[in-house]
Amino acid sequence: MLWIAVASGKGGTGKTTVAVNLALAIEEDVQFLDCDVEGANAHIFLRPQINSVRPVGVLSPRIDIDRCNGCGKCADACRFSALVKVKNRIKVIPNLCHGCGGCQLVCPTGALVLESRRVGAVSEGFAGEMAFASGELDVGQALSVPIIRELKALAGGRDHTIIDCPPGTSCPVVEAVQGCDRCLMVTEPTPFGLHDLKIMTKVLDRMGIPAAIIINRDRGPYRPLEEFCERSGIPVLLRIPFDRRIAELYSRGEVLVDNYPGFRESMVQLFEEVRA
Amino acid sequence: MSMPLRQVVVLSGKGGTGKTTMTAGFACYAGKQVIADCDVDASNLSLLLQGEVRSSTPFIGGLKAWIDPDRCSRCGKCEEHCRFSAIKDLKVDSMACEGCGVCHIVCPSGAVELSEAVSGDIFVRDTPYGTVVDADMLPGEPNSGKLAARVRAVAREEAMLQGASLVLVDGPPGTGCPVISSITGTDLAIIVTEPTVSGGHDLSRVVDLADHFGIPCAIIINKHDLNPAQSEDIERECARREITIVGRLPFDELVGEAIINGQPLPVYAPGSPAEIALRDTWENIMALLDRTPPGGLVRLKGL
Repeated sequence: MLWIAVASGKGGTGKTTVAVNLALAIEEDVQFLDCDVEGANAHIFLRPQINSVRPVGVLSPRIDIDRCNGCGKCADACRFSALVKVKNRIKVIPNLCHGCGGCQLVCPTGALVLESRRVGAVSEGFAGEMAFASGELDVGQALSVPIIRELKALAGGRDHTIIDCPPGTSCPVVEAVQGCDRCLMVTEPTPFGLHDLKIMTKVLDRMGIPAAIIINRDRGPYRPLEEFCERSGIPVLLRIPFDRRIAELYSRGEVLVDNYPGFRESMVQLFEEVRA
Repeated sequence: MSMPLRQVVVLSGKGGTGKTTMTAGFACYAGKQVIADCDVDASNLSLLLQGEVRSSTPFIGGLKAWIDPDRCSRCGKCEEHCRFSAIKDLKVDSMACEGCGVCHIVCPSGAVELSEAVSGDIFVRDTPYGTVVDADMLPGEPNSGKLAARVRAVAREEAMLQGASLVLVDGPPGTGCPVISSITGTDLAIIVTEPTVSGGHDLSRVVDLADHFGIPCAIIINKHDLNPAQSEDIERECARREITIVGRLPFDELVGEAIINGQPLPVYAPGSPAEIALRDTWENIMALLDRTPPGGLVRLKGL
């Protein structure tokens, strides 16, 4: 049983393309988790039948005015400025709350009630035989990690789990990649791609997750990237050519394994190498 | 009377649509401005604008807990109360720790210490195209939203000092924490999209976000000729929502070449089809900004 994360650092390098097509090429039972909850797009390509949508919430404080004595201990304890004392009244700023529960622990009068506050939703269903789940952060909400955590809790139900990660290198990516057996880093042969690949490599190194590189939009060797791959010893498992036909298929929301010659074979081979 | 300081943010929803390429181009056309690279997870603007680092300041993102093994009574209360699963076997996982201090509150033996943690560095650079403020976040750190907010604050201070009238913000992809830090309080959001089904989906989320915070927005369709049918869908959607399209850039190989050569497009390929379209786009943005009332008062809708 393998958990494979597909990540990148830089956005738009082809994470979803690789994750979706890899998932479709694996013969065994696969589960797909779209953890790019700020811009989940895998459903466009996999076209799943969604059977359930459930809200995801974080615990957030509400003040019971009858019990609050206005001491302000909660506001002092909150490290995120989500509680503010204004003239003996406590004001809650929900979007800054991380849901740690510290305010409730320090309140001497039991005036703090922790309630679930919706930040997004998780959808589950099937794309053919494939188990599919994706998350969506509500517009205007800041915290994507709780939704990714909810998605990750579903992992492991099938032979293999493919995780489509968000872009970037901060906490949402860490949450998505956590516990994976291998992370495929999709990059492109440009200074931007290389810069962000280097940061992503450090994240995985810090987490102790084995990495591999996939070079997308390959148009012949880009020296600095080749040198980095050699120096770091991280294997390059696949090169996807720069081809306008691929971009056009992507633009229409079509998968490559059924429409681009040789792509299914490339994905099967990629999976064999990841598994080895 | 001095000109009010205006702030324009470049966003996208989906990553890799061309935010940084466009921001770098705009920097070449604009007069006196300060540029803030708020994509702190993956800051790439300085790869094009280059320049010299004038100052670098460590950024304290928050606190991190540490458990002193000598004082620890091994009661496990900290582990039980931590909502971020950051304590395992009485050790703190510094990547998972959000610095809330709950462990410190519940520890009966005073074994938990909280200390300020550096989670990145903020740089002020002098470039041929104006001052650039950006940051390097330590890999995997939380608090990218706070860091993006700090980068903007430093850029504003720089702009005031220099008497500049514009802060141009290169935003991160998505709609979460660092994006919210990048958009709140700006005068105008420019949203870069591409004619793909994914691009259209993510575009509508960022337009919703701009609406949510009461920020006027306008759209650029990059590589608009890649899929004309999809471009038309985006145009129709913009018309329906009464959003101005300020630019349509053609697919142009020179754009990629400029990046590989580490130069802004107007420097690398002046007069190329994409560069001409980019210059028109900038003129449209400035004209639109002139007609947009200053949004200096942050509308705290949703906060």
